[in-house]
Amino acid sequence: MTSGPVLKVTDLSVTFRTEDGPLSAVDRVSLEVGDGEVLAVVGESGCGKSVTAMSLAGLLPRSATVDGSVQLDGVELIGADKRTLRSIRGREVAYIFQEPMTSLNPVFTVGRQIGEVLQVHIGLSRQAARRRAVELLKLVGIPSAERRVDDYPHQLSGGMRQRVMIAMAVACDPKVLIADEPTTALDVTIQAGILDVLRALRERLGTSVVLITHDLGVVADLADRVAVMYAGRVVETADVHELFARPQHPYTSGLLAASPSAGRHAGTHRLNEIPGLVPVLASQPDACTFADRCPQALDTCSAKQPALESGSHRVACWNPVRQPVEV
Amino acid sequence: MNRYLLGRLWQSLVTLLLATIVVFLGVRALPGDPALALAGEDRDPESLRAIREQYGLDDSLIVQFWQFVSHALRGDLGVSIRTGESVVSMLKSALPVTMELSALAILVASVLGVGAGVVAAVRRGRPAEWAANALALLGLSVPNFWLGLMAILYLSVALGLFPASGFVPFFTDPIANLHHLVLPALILGTGLAAVIMRQTRSSMLDALSADYIRTAEAKGLPSSAVIGRHALRNSLIVVITIVGLQLGALISGAVVTERIFALPGFGKLTVDAVFQRDYPVIQAVVLVTATAYIMINLLVDLLYSVIDPRIRVRGEV
Repeated sequence: MTSGPVLKVTDLSVTFRTEDGPLSAVDRVSLEVGDGEVLAVVGESGCGKSVTAMSLAGLLPRSATVDGSVQLDGVELIGADKRTLRSIRGREVAYIFQEPMTSLNPVFTVGRQIGEVLQVHIGLSRQAARRRAVELLKLVGIPSAERRVDDYPHQLSGGMRQRVMIAMAVACDPKVLIADEPTTALDVTIQAGILDVLRALRERLGTSVVLITHDLGVVADLADRVAVMYAGRVVETADVHELFARPQHPYTSGLLAASPSAGRHAGTHRLNEIPGLVPVLASQPDACTFADRCPQALDTCSAKQPALESGSHRVACWNPVRQPVEV
Repeated sequence: MNRYLLGRLWQSLVTLLLATIVVFLGVRALPGDPALALAGEDRDPESLRAIREQYGLDDSLIVQFWQFVSHALRGDLGVSIRTGESVVSMLKSALPVTMELSALAILVASVLGVGAGVVAAVRRGRPAEWAANALALLGLSVPNFWLGLMAILYLSVALGLFPASGFVPFFTDPIANLHHLVLPALILGTGLAAVIMRQTRSSMLDALSADYIRTAEAKGLPSSAVIGRHALRNSLIVVITIVGLQLGALISGAVVTERIFALPGFGKLTVDAVFQRDYPVIQAVVLVTATAYIMINLLVDLLYSVIDPRIRVRGEV
């Protein structure tokens, strides 16, 4: 983390053209991921975290307009030509998606699909790529990899498929791994295995990881730092321990209070909920987007949009929670 | 895979047997006494009896059927009533013409149809898609025979680019052979090309919005690989079904096209046999057509399993 961030996102905005006019999905998001760091991006469904992830390597559909800056080791990716983006995707920035069931092509063997990345980016022959695929499958903990390499996706379980996705993603030893809800579609027991694989890979390969999730348990398990997103904006970023211990944004605080814990209160009381609904993205007012739902909103909150403060624990709030709350 | 193959072959044999029975009974159910037709002008009861005896028409249907099948298995489909030539040798000269014409038409249709379909899907909402759609609509709505006549009128007669009719066997002169078949194959292929284009377009659109395409893009594959390998391979399953189903239409289309271009093929043989009440030939023609259908279906099923590994494994269970 001494040599500056590997991935630096500055004022990233994404707008979709829709039949009802432009829809802002991501609004001036800034993120930094250090070398070997795991940054978790947390938020409810529809808060723009997946769109942010997709926009990093230009994977959004043509109906999206992306502004701002995404720098990978100093190379600007927003507005980069197709060739540059193609050479970066899979090699420097790799993705793991939420749905292992549908993210693999049903008509090719998993070995072929892993090998393809190596053939395109490293120029390995088909045989060499296959051999490397076997090693990668072993790396992500797939038993009898020599045999499994010739399996088709439908012959593997969901957890195994997600391991294949991970093997595919780390094939070229990327600088940044973007994991978009990597465990959401899996059973809890399988989830733990996938998290173990991710943790082991990060320790072994030193890959920086952007972990997109709504699962605070996954965050606590894997992340170094956390960025909390709400309605297309980052409302708070902090070190993971700091954030869990002293959440400052009322939304973060509400999110933590709303998550079940296996601690002493388990099963004894109703979970807290945040009243209200996430606002429609297109109609974001020039105000704090959380103001309508916030228990401690001031008059300023609905008049002016707060900016992220500087520092290691940054929060965008006019009236942050200052005293530590119990979780 | 082998069990799947054997199972499919067995099914095909049963279907073929059923088809044979239907053909056999169908011809027997035709109005009129075949002996009368065979006798021609000679209505003498004595010679009618002789004919019945000669062709086994007095025997029970089961015996007749057995005769028919056992002869057919030995490659004997009888003798044409009109020409006295053996039916097998007539088929031997007619079939290659039609098979070549159909193969060329499928080639034309697949190249045009899949190509235009992919372009229409990839360039969705842009002029290229509109052009492809308009051409497909034209291909579907313009009848073959009219297109054939126009082609003869303008390309053959006015411009002299292609011969208007006739046929040269491939092994006599391959270039002249292709020269004669280009126009009929194009005409026969256009309708099928339009159907293939529509199917390719819609299944490509499905495939292109699939998650695995996003994965392929995230891997940094060039778009040729994303579209040509990942999306097309998945869309081809639907396209092959359509091609298989349309082959029936192709055979009937071939009858018309062969007629227009005066090709001595299977279509011409069929039409002539029907007009002349040449029962042995009709019987053979229908049997061969049914066999062709069954073989094509088998081939399509086997192609599925080559393209879609999920079918292979399911077949093994």
